[in-house]
Amino acid sequence: MQKTTLGHLVAAALAATLISAPALAADTIKLGVAGPHTGDLAPYGLPSKDAAEMVVAEINAKGGINGKKVELMVGDDQCKPELATNVATKLVSEGVNIVIGHVCSGATKAALGIYKGAKIIAISPSATNPPLTKAGEYPNFYRTIAPDDDQAMLAAAFATDKLNAKKVAVLHDKGDYGKGFADFAKEAIEKGGKAKVVMYEGIQPGAMDYSAVIQKLNKEKADVLIFGGYHPEASKLLSQMNKKKIKVAFIGPDGIKGDGFLKIAGKDAEGVYATGPMDVSKYPLNGKVRDAYKAKYGKEPGTFFDQAYAATVAALNAVKVAGGTDYDALGKALKSSEVETTVGKIKFNAKGDAEGVGFAVYQVKNGAFAEVK
Amino acid sequence: MDFEYLFELLCGGVVKGSIYALIALGYTMVYGIIQLINFAHGEIYMVGAFVALIITGILTLSGYSDSGLSVLVLAAVIAVIYAAAYGYTLEKIAYRPLRNAPRLSPLISAIGASIFLMNYVQLVQTPDFLPFPELVPEFEFMEPLSRFVSSVDMVILVVTALTMVALTVLIKYTKIGKAMRATQQDMVMARLVGINVDRVISATFIIGSVLAAIAGVLIASRTGQINSAIGFMAGIKAFTAAVLGGIGNIPGAVLGAMVLGIAETFGAGYISSAYEDVFAFGLLVLILILRPAGLLGKAVKQKV
Repeated sequence: MQKTTLGHLVAAALAATLISAPALAADTIKLGVAGPHTGDLAPYGLPSKDAAEMVVAEINAKGGINGKKVELMVGDDQCKPELATNVATKLVSEGVNIVIGHVCSGATKAALGIYKGAKIIAISPSATNPPLTKAGEYPNFYRTIAPDDDQAMLAAAFATDKLNAKKVAVLHDKGDYGKGFADFAKEAIEKGGKAKVVMYEGIQPGAMDYSAVIQKLNKEKADVLIFGGYHPEASKLLSQMNKKKIKVAFIGPDGIKGDGFLKIAGKDAEGVYATGPMDVSKYPLNGKVRDAYKAKYGKEPGTFFDQAYAATVAALNAVKVAGGTDYDALGKALKSSEVETTVGKIKFNAKGDAEGVGFAVYQVKNGAFAEVK
Repeated sequence: MDFEYLFELLCGGVVKGSIYALIALGYTMVYGIIQLINFAHGEIYMVGAFVALIITGILTLSGYSDSGLSVLVLAAVIAVIYAAAYGYTLEKIAYRPLRNAPRLSPLISAIGASIFLMNYVQLVQTPDFLPFPELVPEFEFMEPLSRFVSSVDMVILVVTALTMVALTVLIKYTKIGKAMRATQQDMVMARLVGINVDRVISATFIIGSVLAAIAGVLIASRTGQINSAIGFMAGIKAFTAAVLGGIGNIPGAVLGAMVLGIAETFGAGYISSAYEDVFAFGLLVLILILRPAGLLGKAVKQKV
């Protein structure tokens, strides 16, 4: 008897959702925002949520898109893949139309399969793992940040084309980040065929002395050293190279492009090259939005705020251009309609990476990083 | 065979060895007297470097600057005093109450002290890396050799050699040294003949901490950066060097450190620096299999 009651209830509930879902969908555009909003990595996810809220509030204040208001649906995945699948399932079951997120590459990958099955587009502000777009496995995935390997390819191209290097040494700190950068750079140089990789090695992070590796660098007569890793090791390498009067152009990733490096390396930093995200503060929308954020929250916007703002603007622009939330029409709109965002004027390429966002090469001049033109 | 490269690597290895030796000397001395592996030695080394950084900061702020050695000497002296106080207090709080406990207890207490000090400095100072000034000036007469051995390297080599000789003399020929050796051989018997064992052990810790602080100041001014975690790796490498040479043996620590430094440098130079630690610890395993007491260690029969 009880069983039957339960059965009735379930049936009734199902019927209710079936009826209400299309009805609601007609009223609003459901925009999901997923990422870490609690836990260790929350500082990487909360700025995206703020950004989406700002865009949505502004658009709704102007009357919405094509007469429909935008409704925000927030999902917290704590950057954990197992939670990300839950969040994705929940968003899909609640009838989400388009998702901004997720934030971490691992969580994004886990959620993408679910969105793909439901034919829902996800635009990440921060998942930089290269295969997410490049493998072509997820046609529903887009991102407003450049993938990791772009940075390494830029470093490699800069070494061979601008610095005219013939012999390149590649070192890394054996960590995921540093080794990933070094591997991509090595591959790019070998593929390019303009220079030879004469040395490819890991160094011991935290070691007190790197003289052996520096002597080897000298023996191999490398013109350029590409280093994958963070600023403490980079500055140790540089100071010991300078002590031994070994002059080799040094290129590092965005892990050294910051004040921490300038502070520790001091005068050894002079002339060092580093790749880093392009300067986006020159775009007019960027300054306006950041000022609005500061006025509202009383602090500087956090990590990936610009990218998330751009992703939300691009997503809603696509809805407007496509005249609805049809999967194929949205995809076409994202790839064809250029839109003014906080990271510049962007549209997406066939793989889903935003065109026009990416990295630039900087050089330390008089104690500060300056973009190399 | 590229002899120039070989010579460069050899110099690099000797310099690296002398860095390890400078830390290992204090390590091995404390072990030699009270058979305690003082895991907090690396942290005293780190504290010494931090104190020196703070002192040079104050000196610079108060407008005192000198390109010569006076800043180095002043910073080192104050770092040494601080470190000695730390060593004395550490022994009193963490090890003395466990004097008669099973041997494992002070060892665990030492690990605890090490973690405590590391986190303490991280909290009251900063977890970030800080730049450390080059306190050792560039000597002009070292200029032609700078490719092989820099001025700081030379100072470290000389200080290591002097420390080794001074410690040996101290332990072999002075009154306190005699008391140390007596304490090491038999604590109860030493007490019976009128040696104040607690004082001797305190003195041992103070000397060990002084050496750690000197090492901290010199090595930090060579690497040019410090943070609260540098003591850990330094401690591990110094410990390895001490065991390699025969722990408790003063010249053994220097020999062990040299072997370790040269093995790492040659391994990195001729094979790959990615495996630097593999060479270091592989060598340790090999030597301990062939000579369980270390290179210069004496095999001591366990009294049962």
